[in-house]
Amino acid sequence: MSTPALEAVDVTRTYRMEGVDVTALHGVSLRIDEGEFVAILGPSGSGKSTLMHLLGCLDRPTTGVLRIGGRDVAGLSDAALAELRNARVGFVFQSFHLLARTSARDNVALPLVYRGASRKERHRRAADALAAVGLAHRLAHRPGQLSGGEQQRVAIARALVGDPGVVLADEPTGNLDTRTGHDVMDLLERLNRDRGVAIVLVTHEPDIAERARRRVHLRDGRMESDERDDPPERGER
Amino acid sequence: MRFAESFRVALDALRVNRLRSVLTMFGVVVGVAAVVVLVAIGTGARDLVRSEIEGLGSNIVFVAPGEFTLGSAPTISRMTLDDVTYLGRVTGDEDAIAVALNSGETVRAGRAETFAGIVGANQNLRNVFDRPLRRGRYLSEADVETRRRVVVLGSDVARRLFGDADPVGRQISVAGGTRFRVVGVLAEVGQTFGQTRDGEVHVPVTTAQRMFGVDRVDYLAIRAPTKDAVPRLQAEVVDALERKYRGERFSAITQTQLLGTIGTVLGALTGVLAAIAAISLLVGGVGVSNIMLVGVRERTREIGLRKALGARQRDVLAQFLMEAVLLTTLGGTAGIALGTGAALAIAELSPVPAAVTWWSPALAFAVSAAVGVFFGVVPARRAGRLDPVIALRAE
Ligand SMILES: Nc1ncnc2c1ncn2[C@@H]1O[C@H](COP(=O)(O)OP(=O)(O)OP(=O)(O)O)[C@@H](O)[C@H]1O
Ligand SMILES: [Mg+2]
Repeated sequence: MSTPALEAVDVTRTYRMEGVDVTALHGVSLRIDEGEFVAILGPSGSGKSTLMHLLGCLDRPTTGVLRIGGRDVAGLSDAALAELRNARVGFVFQSFHLLARTSARDNVALPLVYRGASRKERHRRAADALAAVGLAHRLAHRPGQLSGGEQQRVAIARALVGDPGVVLADEPTGNLDTRTGHDVMDLLERLNRDRGVAIVLVTHEPDIAERARRRVHLRDGRMESDERDDPPERGER
Repeated sequence: MRFAESFRVALDALRVNRLRSVLTMFGVVVGVAAVVVLVAIGTGARDLVRSEIEGLGSNIVFVAPGEFTLGSAPTISRMTLDDVTYLGRVTGDEDAIAVALNSGETVRAGRAETFAGIVGANQNLRNVFDRPLRRGRYLSEADVETRRRVVVLGSDVARRLFGDADPVGRQISVAGGTRFRVVGVLAEVGQTFGQTRDGEVHVPVTTAQRMFGVDRVDYLAIRAPTKDAVPRLQAEVVDALERKYRGERFSAITQTQLLGTIGTVLGALTGVLAAIAAISLLVGGVGVSNIMLVGVRERTREIGLRKALGARQRDVLAQFLMEAVLLTTLGGTAGIALGTGAALAIAELSPVPAAVTWWSPALAFAVSAAVGVFFGVVPARRAGRLDPVIALRAE
């Protein structure tokens, strides 16, 4: 088997609050292969976001091993971790997190800024990414001039612009109505299929989760179940 | 992140809060302008003094009793006219030794009157100080020896007492009585230390001594034949006088030394003025720091996002530092323009001297950039160190 895109081995994450330890994750092991489409489910407070932050290298596990593209992150400096995020991971957030006074194109180009890409290249790749999410005609629009669904598509374009292996989406449809939510899911599915980007998404909505090919359930910081759709589909790519 | 990019981001951030940026800059503008103006005044004062001292003539050694320090109380002189002859034997050139006994009195001619500096001089003073005449003649040896009541007028005094008429041969009275005959008028030379030399009248030193009831002279001025001869002359003269007046100290200084001493004092004064102005710059810097901290708090989510997208600690730090430096250097540039304008206006419209040097705006710019770095570093580090997970959640 090829190296997994992301791999968590028995990770825990403990927050220390006013002298009291709060453990958000109790030994979770999870392996995400390239090109997978995984939904993470669980009640509020079960540790879904915490796990996403760990998988995306925004945070470090208290114990356990985390590997990105086969590489253990434990020994990496903060700067190296930032570079790893930039190169390998795309984030999509529930609240979009777009810069309000910045055009769609410049919002999308932001990850490339931290790679030192030239302005010309940033513009070209941002325009391509926006075209890929069907927003080629919205380059100069600011977030406030776009609908919620469009804003989330801009955010998805931003997650894709750097050609990451994995897109991590924490409740990407949480702020959208059902129909728009499914449009966004259509888009994610298409990107997964056409580009082979692995997608990990957190959701509370069962019908959104149904569209993933694998569903991981968390409860109280532990993995409760990990179910996959029929295997044949996986090897296809 | 590239420099050009952080510059653009910083500029955008300042533009978004335009009013706030301008108000924050204001502190820096005032501070820098104050530094530029005060340094200009200090420099102007020093230039003025320098040019005046240089105007006294070169190679002149001033001989006065006591140690020479600026600001100490002058020692009453015990030197007399005999010392000219005495020192003439030491130096070998009596004609190069001038004496002066100074006072100030009201002088009158008919109805016209004015206040004049009375200089009791010997016949050598004109040559030692190189003062050209406009009319008539200067004091002669015979004038000094026979205590004649003759006077040579400074050009201002001549104008005030006689207008455009030729004063030679006319009479003036000094100190409400003694009458003097005008024998000459000095050419115009301008000011020394804010006193116009053209407001002097020169009378024979012996006549002045009798008039004031003293037999001393205030100082001697000796012209050295060459610049290289100056140090030896100084040593000889002091030595000879201290041998003659046992137990007393004398000093013989050149205008270069005078210049050095006054330059040091004015330099220190300029420094103090600049330091006072720098305090207002400091206050401006604190304002920048404060606003930057507010900005970091407001933009916590943005910082979290940038970090999630791959910004390193130092990228975020550079962005905010750039913003602070941009704020202070823009303010600094405005301050330099304002300060330079004010200094030029002062020099033009008031008697206060002010000279804008090339280095003071350059220094002010560098200082304002440094203020930006210094006061930006705390907010910028705070921004750089934000935990991305927490920052993303911020409201
Ligand atoms: N920075 C933190 N400090 C202290 N405790 C935290 C912190 N972040 C998360 N927690 C705790 O860890 C647990 C898991 O939080 P997490 O955000 O991962 O839950 P979640 O599954 O994403 O919930 P939701 O569905 O509501 O988003 C919660 O009990 C939460 O209070
Ligand atoms: Mg969550």
